Amino acid sequence: MSKMHITLTVNGKQEELLAEPRELLIHVLRERLSITGPHIGCETSHCGACTVDMNGKSVKSCTVLAAQANGAEITTIEGLGTPDSLHVLQTMFREHHGLQCGFCTPGMITRAYRLLQENPDPSEEEIRYAMAGNLCRCTGYQNIVKAIMAAASELNAVKEAAQ
Amino acid sequence: MNDMTPPKDERAVALKGLGASRKRVEDVRFTQGKGNYVDDLKLPGMLFGDFVRSPYAHARIKSINSEKAKALPGVVAVLTAADLAPLNLHWMPTLAGDVQMVLADGKVLFQGQEVAFVVANDRYVAADAVELVEVEYEELPVVVDPFKAQAPDAPVLREDLAGKTSGAHGPRRHHNHIFTWEQGDRDATEKVLSSADVVAEEMVYYHRTHPCPLETCGCVASMDKVNGKLTVHGTFQAPHAVRTVASLISGIAEHNIRIISPDIGGGFGNKVGVYPGYICAIVASIVTGKPVKWIEDRMENLMATAFARDYWMKGRISATKDGRITGLSCHVTADHGAFDACADPTKFPAGFFNICTGSYDIPVAHLAVDGVYTNKAPGGVAYRCSFRVTEAAYFIERMIEVLAIKLGMDAAELRTKNFIRKDQFPYQSALGWEYDSGDYHTAWDKALKAVDYAGLRREQADRIADFKAGKTRKLLGIGLTHFTEIVGAGPVKNCDILGLGMFDSCEIRIHPTGSAIARLGTISQGQGHATTFAQILASEIGLPADDITVEEGDTDTAPYGLGTYGSRSTPVAGAATAMAGRKIRAKAQMIAAYLLEVHDDDVEWDIDRFVVKGAPERFKTMKEIAFAAYNQAIPGLEPGLEAVSYYDPPNMTYPFGAYICVMEIDVDTGEHKVRQFYALDDCGTRINPMIIEGQVHGGATEGYAIAMGQEIAYDEIGNVKTGTLMDFFLPTAWETPHYTTDFTVTPSPHHPIGAKGVGESPNVGSVPAFSNAVHDAFRAFGLTQSHMPHDHWRIWKVAHDLGLHG
Ligand code: FES
Ligand code: FES
Repeated sequence: MSKMHITLTVNGKQEELLAEPRELLIHVLRERLSITGPHIGCETSHCGACTVDMNGKSVKSCTVLAAQANGAEITTIEGLGTPDSLHVLQTMFREHHGLQCGFCTPGMITRAYRLLQENPDPSEEEIRYAMAGNLCRCTGYQNIVKAIMAAASELNAVKEAAQ
Repeated sequence: MNDMTPPKDERAVALKGLGASRKRVEDVRFTQGKGNYVDDLKLPGMLFGDFVRSPYAHARIKSINSEKAKALPGVVAVLTAADLAPLNLHWMPTLAGDVQMVLADGKVLFQGQEVAFVVANDRYVAADAVELVEVEYEELPVVVDPFKAQAPDAPVLREDLAGKTSGAHGPRRHHNHIFTWEQGDRDATEKVLSSADVVAEEMVYYHRTHPCPLETCGCVASMDKVNGKLTVHGTFQAPHAVRTVASLISGIAEHNIRIISPDIGGGFGNKVGVYPGYICAIVASIVTGKPVKWIEDRMENLMATAFARDYWMKGRISATKDGRITGLSCHVTADHGAFDACADPTKFPAGFFNICTGSYDIPVAHLAVDGVYTNKAPGGVAYRCSFRVTEAAYFIERMIEVLAIKLGMDAAELRTKNFIRKDQFPYQSALGWEYDSGDYHTAWDKALKAVDYAGLRREQADRIADFKAGKTRKLLGIGLTHFTEIVGAGPVKNCDILGLGMFDSCEIRIHPTGSAIARLGTISQGQGHATTFAQILASEIGLPADDITVEEGDTDTAPYGLGTYGSRSTPVAGAATAMAGRKIRAKAQMIAAYLLEVHDDDVEWDIDRFVVKGAPERFKTMKEIAFAAYNQAIPGLEPGLEAVSYYDPPNMTYPFGAYICVMEIDVDTGEHKVRQFYALDDCGTRINPMIIEGQVHGGATEGYAIAMGQEIAYDEIGNVKTGTLMDFFLPTAWETPHYTTDFTVTPSPHHPIGAKGVGESPNVGSVPAFSNAVHDAFRAFGLTQSHMPHDHWRIWKVAHDLGLHG
């Protein structure tokens, strides 16, 4: 199969690679770029473990062809914070016990990150609705919701203080 | 104590020991995407394996032609049973004393069965090659119903067992029969039942479902031919047992096998068993000399590895007119699928199902379980439960409700009347267990009060009146459950898996600067062992939990243990941890006494130090003692500070709980809304309340899924109808109820720290709570029993059959 030349910006870094036309974005990220934060839980766009941020939108990278992502700006869990400066969501997920096995967590946090851009002050109901594309088998979601609410109020407090 | 010594409680808090809601150490890497799951592993030259699977549930294989597949560039090998036969690896032993085909040997027995294993240098190429393997099948008659499977003229499924009139668990009475397991006193029970005031009889079905952790099963097998060492990274809930089994069946010496369980993305019983994928990856690595990765996809996971439940439970329960239970009888038809691959302790082919007398003082009981082969996937794993305890709890909690209907009695009152009383513990059950401790009445009363039970019943009565008057189309269900679990397998005298006693272990090394590493025979799959075991240890040895590393899952470094499932980690490995800690403390006491120049008996333990009795200003902290252990020559003592403990529990532990679910049901659409869910758990001593609460939320959500929609369903020719997450219900944040958690504390008298284990209680307790809520909503209209899962259609059908649609 002839390969396609693809350029991507992943977590701020320019990447260039050759991929088959049928290759999925999740595989390019995990296998070629060794970005293993996004996981594979189904490959049928049901579980959300593979969620990444693409051009300012949450996408399930198991359902995006690498070719479709050509030229895109992609953020994964690895790009949200650094060990010395975690994203508030990363801190709050730990603080509120929003994870157990951790397998859903990168997708969950990446999705929550986009949710808070779209709706900085969501209600519990809005969070539950907006997060429904990401499955978790361990936590029962209650503490995930709590963590996202806590992150939202923290971010809003910081914003207010800055104004 | 001198002026510089902080007060006791401050020092205790600083340790973050037992009872602290300590934040989890694991989360730091997981929240940054730095977990290390098996599919993240990439080894040089690694190949990918993929299966050709059977589209039929029962068929003879006439031929397999892999020439086209082998010709595809990038394909390295295609393995079939014929390739494995010379190594005697085309079949493998199951954990239940049966054998299972690794690759189809002459026939296939369930849809999705492994037929051939393709190995290629890329996962896309492997998938392409799977399509190119040509298999010619001849279809055979299919049996998916365990009752029909026992008909005299039913098709013979297991031809390999022809003529075998007995199996691993005694006589077989039919070609599709596996075993009969009996407990209790049949004659005495029949006598009581035949002369009782009231007998309620019901068939309770606990449908087939699947643990479906978010990460599927997989492994990377790597045979190093230079050193003769086989390393397998994989999703193993019991790495040591896997090593022993791998050694026994492959002939590779056990010291030359290293099993590593990296981070595991949830297990819930799915990752206890040994699957054909592991064997094939190992063989492929030996054959090719390269590492071979096998990761199942979601469809393979749901179709081929580890179903759970599928128990048809026929019950009879008797009582006096005023509601005192006098006897219980249960007959189970257990559908085990094509191979008996249950992960139960050897002597318990139906697990601990004989806990089915539940929380009640039932004087006499009898249980018989018949295991049966059908054309379905093998498994029968403990999906977040201790070996068939969920089935047992569901059974008895449904039977109590059915009996309450028959007696015309309130189901809460019936329970109160029959609970084992606090003063009856340790309690000997009619089916053979010795319950260690419990205080059911206190927990129950607390639960009823918390939800205002009397108020709910009044509201329900009003609702029924309104419904009858045409003012509403919604009914209110109040689902009650009081469950008793049996976990922590278990005493080596009666619990083993393939002859391996079910003890567990902990090894501790204290470093000179007063930090430590503890290694255990268990493996976390999200339970937070690295956090909680450090807490147990912190309280035992007086070093801060933050200074204790917990390591599990590498058989080259961890002491031997039987792994994590059946809520056994805290009861067994947790106990081993405490005991190893006590050994450390005993030696520390001698070191402290030497340093303080007093007799060993003249010092006493004080949170994080030994102090001289009567002279509290003279002390040595554990940190000081640790250093001394490595830099002082102490007469009569070896240098160093290490300990190991192998703990064989004297008994199981018996956690219990009271769950209440309040549910609104729309009679016309069959939709439901959980208005309230209250979960009270008594797991004995509480190690980390935050983690306990998280376990309850998660387990109750799995229970919610099972009760309200999740199932592995087959059509009559054995096609799996629920093989993707489109059809197999996993609740999202949107449907999942909100939970209120509560607790009482009744410590286990025989566990070193009194802990009982909690991970599985919420699955065990919540399924009957949800299901009973559905039943309760329709009780006033004549419903006694309807089978799970209570999806919208089934609830609608119940309403329809009761004539509620006019
Ligand atoms: S792996 Fe992409 S949604 Fe499940
Ligand atoms: S933490 Fe395990 S799937 Fe969410």
